[in-house]
Amino acid sequence: MKLKKGIPVIDQGNKLGFWGGKFGGNFVPETLKKPIEDLEILFNNLKKDKKFIAEKDKYFKNWIGTPTRFIKLENLTKHVGGAQIYSKVVSDANGGAHKIYNATVHCLLAKRSGKKVICGDTGAGYAGKMLSMAAKKFGLKCKIFMGAKDIARQQPNVKAMKKNGAEVVPVYSGSQTLVDAVSECMRFWVANCDTTAMCVGSTVGPAVFVRICGWSTSQISRELKVQLIEEFGSIPKKLKLYNCVGGGSSSFGFWNEFMDYDKKQCEFIGVEAGGPAKSKKHAAPLTYGSKIGILHGAAQYVNQNSDGQIEETESISAGLDYPGISPIHCFLKDTKRARYTSASDEDALKAYKLVTKFEKLRPSLEPSHAFFVAIAESKKFSKDTIVVVNSCGDAYKDKKILEQRLGKKYVKSN
Amino acid sequence: MLNPISAAFKIAKKEKRPALLTYTVAGDGSKKQSLNILKSISENVDILEVGVPHNTPVADGSQIQTSAYRAIKNGIKINDIFNIIKKFKKSDKNKPVILMGYYNMIFQYGENKYINKCKASGVNGLIVVDLPWPENKNFAKKCKSKSIYFIQLLSPTTTNKRLRKIIKDSHQMIYFISMLSTTGGKLKVTPNEILKNYNKIKKIDPKKQTVIGFGITEKTIGKLKSADGLVVGSAICKEITRSLNNRQNPVTNVSRLVKNLKKKTT
Repeated sequence: MKLKKGIPVIDQGNKLGFWGGKFGGNFVPETLKKPIEDLEILFNNLKKDKKFIAEKDKYFKNWIGTPTRFIKLENLTKHVGGAQIYSKVVSDANGGAHKIYNATVHCLLAKRSGKKVICGDTGAGYAGKMLSMAAKKFGLKCKIFMGAKDIARQQPNVKAMKKNGAEVVPVYSGSQTLVDAVSECMRFWVANCDTTAMCVGSTVGPAVFVRICGWSTSQISRELKVQLIEEFGSIPKKLKLYNCVGGGSSSFGFWNEFMDYDKKQCEFIGVEAGGPAKSKKHAAPLTYGSKIGILHGAAQYVNQNSDGQIEETESISAGLDYPGISPIHCFLKDTKRARYTSASDEDALKAYKLVTKFEKLRPSLEPSHAFFVAIAESKKFSKDTIVVVNSCGDAYKDKKILEQRLGKKYVKSN
Repeated sequence: MLNPISAAFKIAKKEKRPALLTYTVAGDGSKKQSLNILKSISENVDILEVGVPHNTPVADGSQIQTSAYRAIKNGIKINDIFNIIKKFKKSDKNKPVILMGYYNMIFQYGENKYINKCKASGVNGLIVVDLPWPENKNFAKKCKSKSIYFIQLLSPTTTNKRLRKIIKDSHQMIYFISMLSTTGGKLKVTPNEILKNYNKIKKIDPKKQTVIGFGITEKTIGKLKSADGLVVGSAICKEITRSLNNRQNPVTNVSRLVKNLKKKTT
């Protein structure tokens, strides 16, 4: 299995949509074959279409707000006393997270295909919130599927979705989290694919959805490349890019433009959700060596039992609470381009406390996982090592959990 | 030897009625009950579809999901399902049985091992909901080499070009999904429209036995009688759920329902 240079990773799948010959594909009911093929043709044409790209860039710039900041975390760097720690503050983007890029592109595609309704899944609620924002912006009706457990723990985003006029459909099946929301959303699409477009909220699902999402979030690394050159005059000799990984959309977007660099120069570190320290359940299929299986239309490493039933996950972070992982990340793991590890719930909380203590930055629980590993490893790195952490979401949505776990006072003071 | 599936269609044709196919989930309400349901409905059914429950079913509506989750909660494992089929076949050797499920279960078991186990247990056909054509070509070939029908699915969204290719590659039985829906959806198109699509398929290859499924209930089954076969699934799962909720015996209730369905097809 080999990663090719000079070809975007999203386009390195084979005819049937498999990366490295075995990750991804289209394991979908017959009914979805045609709508997926239509979407593939549309996307393949539009991603080469200068007018469409200009239109996308216009909305990215004026509406999403690009570029998002690239800042040095001076105090944290001093405190840690190793590598130079920076953050790409993707939570600056309109809506407060990276999910806005994919949502915007899906709405633009839906408009081009003449669809009037768009449906989507959400875990932390960011994908849903952003889709509801974009749908409103582009005049589409919006339906969001969300696990009942996530609805309870991510209320601020639920309120935002409703305010934007989206219908939020609670999903009560299974573990009542993201995995069930994606299943229910796909089922809805099976029944309504003639009138409705579907947005999969991460780099997961049938191959075309992985590609569209990766293409959209790559905006992050395009910006970062420019910002790094502005700051250092060139791409640093020792660069380490830390990102949390749930489905894998922000991390892929954060890394994509640096793919062809040698990993000795640009190392990618993906941090999965290890779940509560005392629990056996986790959302870290790459870290714990889960077997390949099929989930939501794609072959990937996925938490499952010996029969092939998908296992329930557990994580403090709703956005990472997913038993599978993007086929692209499976590919990056097996080609050894990226390194994957995990952080526990407690680790993430510790990192959140540390970052908010030293910096005017409030990463949500998802990027707090990445911060934990970045901080721990930075201690051991030389001073000329540049560590960048993608702060891909804002902690506003986690207010309730942070209050419960860290105390009201602490959260308020930040 | 003729695959019992083909034999069943022959008998139905002779009796000038569509073959009746039922779908029940293995292990729902319990392992024993699901076996007893198969045994008791068998006399009124031409082909039994047995569902392999999966916990992320992307094409099933709420009725079948409920049955599947219940069966999984009751601890059903793949090998239990093969045992159920084996036991059933001991009591009714010639009744064709089709296993219907999702690909991950087969993938984890191993394709070859799965097919061999099917053969040994008396399974006559396989439907894999999320292994569409052309991805299923290889697996379908393996099935054929063991005289197990791999049943291709067709949908109203299948293009004409694709229809012809799939039908050409299909074995003797084809499954036409009546409408854009998960299983158990309310019939949102007229029976005439469904039959129009069905006839399009039959015209391409009249010799292949084509059944219609999704949205078929006691109310709608009579209007689709001209098809080669009709599949009822969700309506049966619903009856099992209703029976269990009312502390009634699902075996007798489902038997009664199936008897009624049969009556409406003759």
